Amino acid sequence: MRRFFIKRLFYLLLTLFAVSFLVFVTMEFTPGQAARKILGPFATQNQVDILTEQMGLNRPLVVRYVEWVGKVASGDLGYSILYKAPVSEVLGDRLRNTAFLAALAFAFIVPLSIILGVAAGMREASKLDRTISIASIVTTSIPEFVSGVFLVSLFVIMLKVLPGVSTLSTGGGWSIASQMVLPVMVAVLYDLGYVVRMVRASMVDVMTRPYVRTAVLKGMEFRAVVMKHALRNAMIAPFTVILLQINYLVTGLVVVEALFAYPGFGQMVLAAGLNQDVSLVEAGALVAVCVNVATQIAGDLVYMMLNPQIRIG
Amino acid sequence: MSDEAIRQAPRPAQPSPTAFAWLGKLRALLLLRESPVAMIGAGLIVFWVLVAIFAPWIAPYNPNANDYTALVHTTPSLAHWLGTDNQGRDILSRIIWGARTVLTVGPIAVAAAYLVGCTLGLMAGYYRGWVDAVLMRVTDIILSFPIIILYIIIITTYGPSALNIILSVTFTAAPQVIRIVRGITLELRERDYIAAAKMRGEPPWYIMLVEILPNARGPLIVDACLRMGYTTIAIGVLGFLGLGLPPPDPDWGGMVKDTYAYIQIWPHMAMFPGAAIVSLVVGFNLLADGLREISARD
Repeated sequence: MRRFFIKRLFYLLLTLFAVSFLVFVTMEFTPGQAARKILGPFATQNQVDILTEQMGLNRPLVVRYVEWVGKVASGDLGYSILYKAPVSEVLGDRLRNTAFLAALAFAFIVPLSIILGVAAGMREASKLDRTISIASIVTTSIPEFVSGVFLVSLFVIMLKVLPGVSTLSTGGGWSIASQMVLPVMVAVLYDLGYVVRMVRASMVDVMTRPYVRTAVLKGMEFRAVVMKHALRNAMIAPFTVILLQINYLVTGLVVVEALFAYPGFGQMVLAAGLNQDVSLVEAGALVAVCVNVATQIAGDLVYMMLNPQIRIG
Repeated sequence: MSDEAIRQAPRPAQPSPTAFAWLGKLRALLLLRESPVAMIGAGLIVFWVLVAIFAPWIAPYNPNANDYTALVHTTPSLAHWLGTDNQGRDILSRIIWGARTVLTVGPIAVAAAYLVGCTLGLMAGYYRGWVDAVLMRVTDIILSFPIIILYIIIITTYGPSALNIILSVTFTAAPQVIRIVRGITLELRERDYIAAAKMRGEPPWYIMLVEILPNARGPLIVDACLRMGYTTIAIGVLGFLGLGLPPPDPDWGGMVKDTYAYIQIWPHMAMFPGAAIVSLVVGFNLLADGLREISARD
């Protein structure tokens, strides 16, 4: 168990180094750009050169990378040229907002996917199963920005019951709760189908096991067979999949946030990328990788706890 | 990849009587009839492929021509069946030409991912040892990176173009293909017919390409279908975020982005290209699901 943790932490560090170096190399492909971004398009080349030198951007890439790693290790994530504020400040706010949106979406995805997946999987090839399966294929085929367009047209333009933007400021007369409805709906709609299919597949598998057949043959009520025997075992495999959705919800919500101008983490990374704000992109990448690896470790741990047959050394 | 699909796949490739080999291919196509789901999916894909091929002949207008008189009535009319966009361009023509964009960029990107993924996946699974260890670590690192953030970094740095879209899709999809191919290879390499081929003294490349790869085709075809669906969504998302193909050439995601600002007044402008994306993705996903069902049946 300890070995497992040490190994995973070592890989996490390795991944962080590799990812941050890759981002560094990619973003700094043209080092003059940062100074140009700050000074604007009308500055002379001479001014750009001077600022580049003042910012130390003309030194070799590796030197700057090592310096950056040292700063990050001591907790200094740098300064965002885009938001004109320390990166840690910008990042904290944005992450909190995205976590809020993600938590709401997660709270819908988990129960809905379990109910629908179990309902579909308990009787394979039944009418209910076919309906849920096809519906889940169709909903996962709708990209967030398309379902956004249609839901905005319906609820904002036709029915006028919800706001079209969710900037989390109550100035426009819409409460925070009403602003969250559409972003959550779009995220849930896109992500739900995939999880439903995973739960369904696991349930179908469990229903063919001998112990379920025994339970049915001994005259147990079908409902009780599903609830008592099948359900618990069917939850083991999809649990990891469900946990991994945290990943999508924290880092993949870029489109949802762009649709509704939601001040979240994904939109920040997009803006930082478009404006060549290297420190901010780097910090965003590090956070994304940490979230990803953390959910993976959590997934492995939960999997071990649920299924005593599996031991990870 | 489900274990079941892997178990289904490995059947030694039979050397068919060459003269009538195409007949066998035809019969494989007829298998599609067994699944209505697959038929609907294939129908949608064929529809868009035909639209893309015949775009110059069926598009009623030049997709980039501005008809400013149409701006008075942008909604669907007899002259413009799906209406015009905010710059007076015919939406139907832009959707028809946009099919060309997505159906060239998508398949090239998926093919590139498969070329890289199959080569490296076969090597990792066949040679194992340090080749496998290194490749798995590299794919781990790439996969631990959220795909969309990777797209943003690559495209904002190197600029939006068809080539950069293809490269970034390949870069993110190849590790997943490597994983799948490696998994199947690990299983297949223990088969008797591989041992027989080794005994005959076949070189490793022959065993990998002629003995292993053709027998791994079942799950790979299903995966390629799903991947085409994801890639279509990815191209759309990039277009929507403003990282797609540079204007003015039509691309479905970009069309939604250009007109989303006017959704309060003219919602149809963003709806039609959105519906086009959905229909193509649904096609790929239904076909994949149907194929999986057919291959699980026999």
